[in-house]
Amino acid sequence: MASSGLELLWVSAPQLLTGIGRTLGISLLAIVFSSIGGLAYGVLRNLGIRWLDTILLIYLEAFRAIPVLVWLYLFFFGLPIFFGWSIPGFWCAVLVLSLWGISETGEVVRGALRSIPRGQREAGLAIGLGLPGLYGRVLLPQALQRMTPPMINVFTRLIKTSSLAVLIGVVEVIKIGQQIIERTYESVLIYGFLFLFFFLVCYPLSAASRVLERRWSHS
Amino acid sequence: MSALIELSGFSKRFGDVPVLQDIDLKVTEGEVLVILGPSGCGKSTLLRCLNGLEAGHAGHYRFDGRELAANTDWRLVRQQIGMVFQSYHLFPHMSVLDNILLGPVNVQKRPRAEARQQAETLLARIGLLDKRDAFPRELSGGQQQRIAIVRALCMNPKVMLFDEVTAALDPEMVKEVLEVILDLARSGMTLLIVTHEMAFARAVADRILFMDGGRIVEQGDPETFFSSPQTARAQQFLEKFSYVENMPKRNAS
Amino acid sequence: MNFDVDFALSTLPAFLVAVGVTLQVGLIAIATSLCVALINAAIAVFEVPVLKRLVRLYVELARNTPLLIQLFFIYFALPSIGIRISGFASAIIAMTFLGGAYLTEILRAGVAAVPKSQIESGLSIGLSRWQLLRHVILPQAGILSLPALFANFVFLLKETTVVSAVAVPEILYTTKNYIALYYKTYEMLAVMTGLCVLLFVPLSLLLRVVERRLQHGQFGS
Repeated sequence: MASSGLELLWVSAPQLLTGIGRTLGISLLAIVFSSIGGLAYGVLRNLGIRWLDTILLIYLEAFRAIPVLVWLYLFFFGLPIFFGWSIPGFWCAVLVLSLWGISETGEVVRGALRSIPRGQREAGLAIGLGLPGLYGRVLLPQALQRMTPPMINVFTRLIKTSSLAVLIGVVEVIKIGQQIIERTYESVLIYGFLFLFFFLVCYPLSAASRVLERRWSHS
Repeated sequence: MSALIELSGFSKRFGDVPVLQDIDLKVTEGEVLVILGPSGCGKSTLLRCLNGLEAGHAGHYRFDGRELAANTDWRLVRQQIGMVFQSYHLFPHMSVLDNILLGPVNVQKRPRAEARQQAETLLARIGLLDKRDAFPRELSGGQQQRIAIVRALCMNPKVMLFDEVTAALDPEMVKEVLEVILDLARSGMTLLIVTHEMAFARAVADRILFMDGGRIVEQGDPETFFSSPQTARAQQFLEKFSYVENMPKRNAS
Repeated sequence: MNFDVDFALSTLPAFLVAVGVTLQVGLIAIATSLCVALINAAIAVFEVPVLKRLVRLYVELARNTPLLIQLFFIYFALPSIGIRISGFASAIIAMTFLGGAYLTEILRAGVAAVPKSQIESGLSIGLSRWQLLRHVILPQAGILSLPALFANFVFLLKETTVVSAVAVPEILYTTKNYIALYYKTYEMLAVMTGLCVLLFVPLSLLLRVVERRLQHGQFGS
């Protein structure tokens, strides 16, 4: 059983790797977009422009309050009928995960920026820095330590949540696994493998986040 | 001599609260102006308005012969007005040298080598050249504040604003910072100083400006102001400072 | 495209049942998760030798894997080794597995935040370890971790949407079912969105209030 199980995984490796690639692809793209978008969100909220704050707050509430799976269904089934845009499942998942991710990373960035003493901003302005210089050279570098650990936590949540893509028909690692089960009935083995796969990707990230948090909370 | 800073009918309000009312002020080049007054009198706000940290005002503000409207591009003005804050506000993630060079290199686009040379000269002048690669948290408050002064100076400003720069310092560090300012005053730099150090004010000032309730109440040369203040409010203010000095000893025989 | 109001209305009774199922799954899972977490927190506080490590392992496993995989494992894989569990029961078990781990972490952090002096003064008046936990540590840790606990209750309630994947007839499953049966995508998405907004947005706003109120958890006014 054990040897036949390993054999099955070995034989299925090319298929599984394709699925893993697809899953990590969704996650990675969402992580990249969430990071960029989150920085933009955090900076925009930090500017203190009231009408912009209102819009961003509504966006934030919408994506934090409504479950991701609901958004996935809305975008996947809704975009074609509301706007006539047919969007492939893969990109639909990337889009929804990114929008949700930005709402999470955005709050992290905003909080980190808010924790920087007001005087830093004024000192930056006083030497004539414009907004790009002020944020790029003075404020964001200081916020980096505070925001990195919680950012990494958002990344692990994005990776875990990317599993929902299978529910809108994306052929990622879970779907590939299910296809193998249909042929072989090795459901314990395959689901065990999937469980381990996600754990091996996510655990190092959360461990890293914890270590950084502990190290940087002292300085 | 033409005025470097010229305010006329200058007013500023926070919401409904007027904090500066109808300020008329001329500061000529090379002049050292010390602004005194009780806390909340608007003296710090006045400094902050001069380099646009408090946006929006009524009245006129001319700097170096140019009228600055409320929608001015302050970045250009700020390069010519150095400001030093009460709590130094050095950038904690940068070394001393990077703190000083951020403005000259990134804002003024000067060659790094040239700016660095000036920075090192200035650091040597305040006796902190050996700290150029240190980070702010490794320095004492007095050292940080002197470096904050150099950071502003290295932009080659036309005027320096000092906003209660010794108020957050331990008493034994006040002297080293005041000496740097005194040195600047002697070198002919235009200075606007808000302080609570009366003896220092008297020593450094060409002119004293006394403010209360957002208005300029009295101004004049330091000797006249300290020995015979003209207004009742200035007298009361000065009495509070002389109270401790003139306190009788408990066991006076 | 026309919005078929009559059809949308005709599905409302079924959706009302679905909301009931969502709440049922969510509330049961919250209760069972809390039980698991309390036991785990006690193990952590008393530093029970082997169990302490097992709790740690469990927490890491549950927190670093997706709920969907946990759910699929219980619902699809266990039957092949002779353990057959209904969709509803699978949902509760999987959500307890996940929720128990999250709540354990929160209680542990809450316990850690109770000042050492409290424990010392409790011991100094002669409380047993159990009495100490019951009367001194848990009440204070509970208050300290209340905002985080509440946030995770909301999180768990939102996670119930995932159990639609194992045919538990909650809101999303019902939506998908109707879309498959009648092709009324437009109407069903509208009903689904409406119900989710009604259910989750107030909770999310309430969470904000709780977080602000209890930022510094304390007794008295």
